[in-house]
Amino acid sequence: MNPTRQRRLTIILAILAAVIVAAALVVYALQQNMNYLFTPSQVQAGEAATYKTFRLGGMVKAGSIQRSSDSLKVTFTVVDASGAMPVEYNGILPDLFRENQSVIATGHMDGARFIATEVLAKHDETYMPKELKDAMAKAHAGKHIDESANQDKPQP
Amino acid sequence: MTPELGQLALILALFLALAQSVLPLLGAWRGNRALMAVARPAATGQAVFVALAFAILVAAFLRFDFSVQYVADNSNLQLPWYYRIAAVWGAHEGSMLLWVLILNVWTVALTLFSRRLPDAFLARVLAVLGIISTGFLCFILFTSNPFARLLPMPPDGADLNPVLQDPGMTFHPPVLYMGYVGFSVAFAFSIAALLGGSMEQSWVRWARPWTNAAWGFLSCGIVAGSWWAYAELGWGGWWFWDPVENASFMPWLVGVALIHAQAVTEKRGTLRAWTILLSLFAFSLSLLGTFLVRSGILTSVHAFASDPRRGTFILGFLAVVVGGSLLLYALRAPKVAGGKAFALVSRESAILIGNLMFTVAAAMVMLGTLFPLLGDALNLGKISVGPPYFGLLFPLLMLPVVLLLPFGPYLRWGNSEAPVLKQVLVRAAMAAVACAVIAAFFVQGQLKAIAGVAGAAWVGVGVVLYIVKRWREMARGRRYPAEMAGMLLAHFGVAVFLIGVMLSESLSVTRDVRLSPGQIATVGGYEFRFDGVSETTGPNWTAEQGVVTVTRNGAPVAVMHPQKRTYTREQVQTTSAIDPGITRDIYVALGEPMDPNHVAGAWALRLYTKPFVRWIWAGGLFMMLGGFVSAADRRFRVKREVEAAQAVTATLQESQA
Repeated sequence: MNPTRQRRLTIILAILAAVIVAAALVVYALQQNMNYLFTPSQVQAGEAATYKTFRLGGMVKAGSIQRSSDSLKVTFTVVDASGAMPVEYNGILPDLFRENQSVIATGHMDGARFIATEVLAKHDETYMPKELKDAMAKAHAGKHIDESANQDKPQP
Repeated sequence: MTPELGQLALILALFLALAQSVLPLLGAWRGNRALMAVARPAATGQAVFVALAFAILVAAFLRFDFSVQYVADNSNLQLPWYYRIAAVWGAHEGSMLLWVLILNVWTVALTLFSRRLPDAFLARVLAVLGIISTGFLCFILFTSNPFARLLPMPPDGADLNPVLQDPGMTFHPPVLYMGYVGFSVAFAFSIAALLGGSMEQSWVRWARPWTNAAWGFLSCGIVAGSWWAYAELGWGGWWFWDPVENASFMPWLVGVALIHAQAVTEKRGTLRAWTILLSLFAFSLSLLGTFLVRSGILTSVHAFASDPRRGTFILGFLAVVVGGSLLLYALRAPKVAGGKAFALVSRESAILIGNLMFTVAAAMVMLGTLFPLLGDALNLGKISVGPPYFGLLFPLLMLPVVLLLPFGPYLRWGNSEAPVLKQVLVRAAMAAVACAVIAAFFVQGQLKAIAGVAGAAWVGVGVVLYIVKRWREMARGRRYPAEMAGMLLAHFGVAVFLIGVMLSESLSVTRDVRLSPGQIATVGGYEFRFDGVSETTGPNWTAEQGVVTVTRNGAPVAVMHPQKRTYTREQVQTTSAIDPGITRDIYVALGEPMDPNHVAGAWALRLYTKPFVRWIWAGGLFMMLGGFVSAADRRFRVKREVEAAQAVTATLQESQA
């Protein structure tokens, strides 16, 4: 083999090895860190059973926010049109966390409760994460999403 | 009347942009000098009209012209004047206008500083910039017109999103866009080279300062954004691997690779096709980034409400730019490729390995960022990729870069001999081990922190050794040309950045606590005493302001005033209090009152100590400085005439080789 070919072969082999290692690592890291989004009714239907950690999306039920009197523990209920899921969180809630607003919580199930490690609220008045809208639409295929739940209206 | 003038100015700019894109291309193809000469005046004229449109929009904000929809949506009577100017780029329409304005700034700068380039080549470069500008002006005029009227005119506007009412907003987007858009110059240059079918080293020399400057701006923009997120948005984090952050980070990574590949191409004529490909990628990723921020297709802390009609146009434009340029590349790259051979141990090899790592890192970030879209398209469900994905892969990819970095300046072009490298290896390794041992006594056995200190010492000592070597060996005045000084500054920035990241990540202490007035919490060796909450007001907000007195072993350190602001439209925004320091930041954020009806009582507070967190941004600023300093090298500006003559012979020789 002449030097040019040898150089080319080395480079190609090096790149190939790097690509294989990188691809393997990427697949591994993706598998470890993919978080699926489910709504309460999907969780109750058992769709999330195979995932340890997942994201729970829905609306914060009016009047469900309860603070503990001596720690930062807070509990609230996340609802969609046909399901409800109690959520427990230990920490400071985001600024835009309100009743009747959309919320996405990351965490895991503990019995019938969802223990959240992170809570994200929507970012401006009219914004609802597209994926949450889609997930809720999918959970109630055929039913109409309760658009009024999106508004800042007091519940009757 | 005035807003309509703004729209008219944009339409005129569009026509000039069309002229700038079509006529010079024809001229360069046909060898018609008159048509080529259209490029310069058309570009200048376009810039004047775009600047006029921008000024009219600024004026509309300053004069509270709520008959303009965009103004009514993004400002109100209470908003201070500086945030009203910042509100111009506070939402989609204005950001796009700012984008075009900055593109025009770059184009005009180009016409001013490129008089020595061959006419046909310059005509093609300006035409490509004109095409990009045409695309954006069409986008603005047809889908996101900032001058659309709102009738009847409301008495008061809505509000700029409170998150955006921060000093960061005044400079972060313009600087970031300067970086994004700056890559269009390297892009236009590459397309022009492909169209012309040849690429001379002198032209790459001419393109380099533009790329370096654009990269410097991008670094600055990212640092500003990170600092802003830290101070305002993120409850104390400096990087979240959020889709929008990634959007700016991808072109930056490719930009690093591009800067180095351009150096190889300019000095050695090697890696030409690769350099061209990288500049296509860098700009395509900038475009992708621009659109990701405002499109709302990804769930992000930055995502705002969006208009789905724009999606089609964006997708089409991206397809034309990315697809078109890659097609051209496939057709023409073999014509411009070529160069000298190099040995395995050489500067080219080292740069190539670094290039590989940076492009793979950019691809990795892109996969993680766009994976939710992919999952959606393949019906895998609603997926998001968590930060640990990036947190695991990115350091792994950067490890070889950090390890190779000290050797960079010592390596010779073409072929390098081992003894010098061994010497550097031994010295830098000794320094790294010594620093790691010393650090081990201070960081309570945190491996990450020790590794950070060792890595920083490895890189930093490597850079310093080279500085000393140049000082000894070269004559005064020739020791550090700007190009090299820039490189050394940027590489030193890597060392500073490493310290910041590794120490703040491993040694930071965060506690969410519940404190009644008078209670004390201890975090990271500091005592935080909560002294209650009082009311305060600003220009367009009222706030509950907490008082937190920080002491260390009884000695006073700082009195901090975190706020919970309520803006005119009932939007709530937390404003944290930060006591900055070189070796540590103290950070206090107000959560919520434990009992909403009893504000004077107990509150939830988040307390942090963050050692060395400022070094992260200091490192980024060093890198930015490196980009600017090397862009300022005289070598890029003078001698061009002479070089042009030499380059012809050089290409002849290479084509024979």
